Amino acid sequence: MATQHSRSAARLMMAPAVFLLLGWMLIPLSMTLFFSFKKFLPMRGDSMANGLDWVGFDNYVRFISSSAFWPSVQATLVIVGGVLVVTIVLGVALAMLLDQPMWGQGVVRILVIAPFFVMPTVSALVWKNLFMDPVNGFFAHVWRSVGATPIEWLSQASLPSLILIVSWQWLPFATLILLTAFQSLDQEQLEAAEMDGARWPQRFVFIILPHLSRAITVVLLIQTIFLLSIFAEIFVTTQGSFGTKTLTYLIYQRVLESQNVGLGSAGGVYAIILANIVAIFLMRIVGKNLDA
Amino acid sequence: MARAVSTRRKSLNTLIAWSIGLLIFFPILWIIIMSFKSEGDAIKAPLEVLRSAWTFENYGVVQDRSNYSRHFFNSVYIAFGSTFLGLLVAVPAAWAMAFVPSKNTKNILLWMLSTKMLPAVGVLYPIYLLFIQLGLLDSRIGLTIVLMLINLPIIVWMLYTYFREIPGEILEAARMDGATLREEILYVLTPMAIPGMASTVLLNVILAWNEAFWTLNLTAAKAAPLTAFIASYSSPEGLFYAKLSAASVMAIAPILIMGWFSQKQLVRGLTFGAVK
Amino acid sequence: MGQIELNQVSKSFGNVEVIPPLDLTIEDGEFVVFVGPSGCGKSTLLRLIAGLEDVSGGHVMIDGRDATETVPARRGLAMVFQSYALYPHMSVRKNIAFPLRMAGMDKAEQDRKVTQAAEVLNLTDYLDRRPGQLSGGQRQRVAIGRAIVREPAAFLFDEPLSNLDAALRVGMRLEISELHKRLKTTMIYVTHDQVEAMTMADKIVVLQAGVIEQVGSPLELYQRPRNVFVAGFIGSPKMNLIGGAEAAKHDAATIGIRPEHIEISPESGAWKGTVGVSEHLGSDTFFHVQCNASPEPITVRAVGEMALHYGDEVWLTPRPEHLHRFDGKGSRIE
Repeated sequence: MATQHSRSAARLMMAPAVFLLLGWMLIPLSMTLFFSFKKFLPMRGDSMANGLDWVGFDNYVRFISSSAFWPSVQATLVIVGGVLVVTIVLGVALAMLLDQPMWGQGVVRILVIAPFFVMPTVSALVWKNLFMDPVNGFFAHVWRSVGATPIEWLSQASLPSLILIVSWQWLPFATLILLTAFQSLDQEQLEAAEMDGARWPQRFVFIILPHLSRAITVVLLIQTIFLLSIFAEIFVTTQGSFGTKTLTYLIYQRVLESQNVGLGSAGGVYAIILANIVAIFLMRIVGKNLDA
Repeated sequence: MARAVSTRRKSLNTLIAWSIGLLIFFPILWIIIMSFKSEGDAIKAPLEVLRSAWTFENYGVVQDRSNYSRHFFNSVYIAFGSTFLGLLVAVPAAWAMAFVPSKNTKNILLWMLSTKMLPAVGVLYPIYLLFIQLGLLDSRIGLTIVLMLINLPIIVWMLYTYFREIPGEILEAARMDGATLREEILYVLTPMAIPGMASTVLLNVILAWNEAFWTLNLTAAKAAPLTAFIASYSSPEGLFYAKLSAASVMAIAPILIMGWFSQKQLVRGLTFGAVK
Repeated sequence: MGQIELNQVSKSFGNVEVIPPLDLTIEDGEFVVFVGPSGCGKSTLLRLIAGLEDVSGGHVMIDGRDATETVPARRGLAMVFQSYALYPHMSVRKNIAFPLRMAGMDKAEQDRKVTQAAEVLNLTDYLDRRPGQLSGGQRQRVAIGRAIVREPAAFLFDEPLSNLDAALRVGMRLEISELHKRLKTTMIYVTHDQVEAMTMADKIVVLQAGVIEQVGSPLELYQRPRNVFVAGFIGSPKMNLIGGAEAAKHDAATIGIRPEHIEISPESGAWKGTVGVSEHLGSDTFFHVQCNASPEPITVRAVGEMALHYGDEVWLTPRPEHLHRFDGKGSRIE
């Protein structure tokens, strides 16, 4: 397929995309790296023009030793973990349900997929005000109608509330992926297992789950990468208070709110390393598929 | 499934599925309903809300105040602009990788995908600083460029998979028929790739429209798209549920419609082929 | 007009040399068939001639000019692909006109040539249909039409009949041969089917692992195969190849005798054997006989119908004038 001619043409054609992405990665990344080793508080008068002091790994140490760090890790783990569990468990169940014969399957799919296409700010605000508001929200009314005191969702149960909001948004994604994988399952395998005497729970554990494991892994990895950087939902609901300050939000605050750029940049580097670790696993799977 | 399914089983499935579907869809339904109620009614108990009068007033109010149409236009500009800009860069690249693969092609593709995994917060400040220096803060152009860059990997990836599905022999035939590279792409490749390109545009417009990190942090009054505009409803004064609902409906309606058509593309574009 | 010469042409993919340096001359107007088992390099060779792949060494000469560095479009060749490679979004008319359009020909002239080609190929009624609406045979004719309008120095066919069902294949074979007689243009045809090779070619090039095993007319290859590989490849059913003691009797490492050159008799003969599976085609009968002369069953052809059954005792006599002898390296002994 390839000749010398087309090869050089090809290189030229890939160049813009490669250069753009290279620039997009390297320039800001190196700047972040640069800032992480410096003391840079713009609000206190530091500026690039005046020259910035080198502080070595100081920022890195301070970021980890700050009192906000471990809680942020915890918050991150709880939210990401919670959403993963909810979306995957429900996703598998929903995928299997949607694969069943029924009337109006197309419409049900649309209903289930819809939340993914709602922009995060709308979704978060709607949940916060229309549903979770302790005075006028939907839940509040329902609670009161059975005589219970309404829950102050975002202040008393902030992490579960966020998990609810984010899961609602991502459940469609998990469901779609798992449904696609589910539909590629060879029916004959299940029938053979049935002939071999396996009852439904056994067929589920020994045939369906292993088949889905690849898809579940992919969903897990992709969602983890995107969930690690959740921002809008927290920004719009709690602004990081009530224990919802994830690592991403913490870094954001350090950098744009309290404007300690050096410290925030060090945090950013941590976040990048973390994301890359997950990305490596994901890219391995993608890579294997590309060879196929 | 070759086996006949009993009507009873089918009805049960239908009942359960529709219930769950409506449950999941309910918040969206609720927003739509709320948008047609007055503010006074919007804060009442759900059943009373349903019984109260319908009105279009919210849609009018939202449009009059707060320059809603400008933000809507910003969203359109940025979503479509970044996608088409991305297409411009991605089509040649995807062509090259799909039809003239070298031993590095796979790695380059994987690397491109990995740039999408970069946590935005890690490069927030540098971009912010660069934007200030280049005068791009709160500008549509600036945001368009950023969104183009973050979606470029997905655009390249999707085009790559669609191009690979085109039989290479047809392009070789064009070459033998005397077509130059430009002619080959223009007269043969592009017409055959139009469905794939349409799908790619669809998904990426959706992703760009809904993007809520850079749009929140790099814009203010002038260039803010709908994501940022809606976020400003988070600390308003007075009653606002109905107006919020109306604003939300207008913000999400286009994408909901586009989304209904793009389910397959979603799987293809966001799982990077790891799930077939 | 369509003379092609390959001088020491070689091709490697990375470190793997798929075609060692090779020489071949194709005369103007010849119908040359490249034949060989899968992976022997015949398609690669065709693509090297077309210019769709770069040679790793050597020169491709077309009509005396060195075309090694020339792009495919300018070599003056036309190719018919295995999958036909028709443009799905264009009508038949536009498909056939495409090369003319690329060459900048004016519209009226384009139309003239397309109409001409369509007549020759019986496509006039289909000119406004899309490839998706045509049958396999029709699509193939469109692919040929697209090649004809270019009035090339030579036509290149890459296994054009493999995607057709058996009945259609026979018909198309005749059509392509007729086309050749009519146009008198050089045709290079790649196939793995030795029947196609034998029936269509002026000259056959037998390839194995990138190496030319023999070049010759069909009859030459049939009557005097140069080595064991060619002997076993050409002719259907395969030539019987026997080694061991029986071969030694004829002063060779291997002897070969074609099924159609063995006499079979229930009474007497040179080799005694037992009838195994038999294939009754009506016009011929093929017997697979287990014989003491060879560990493998020997295939024998009998004209018409012959009533022998599984397990019957028979005698086989190879006709001495058709016995081929090969030495220890597999080469022919005269």
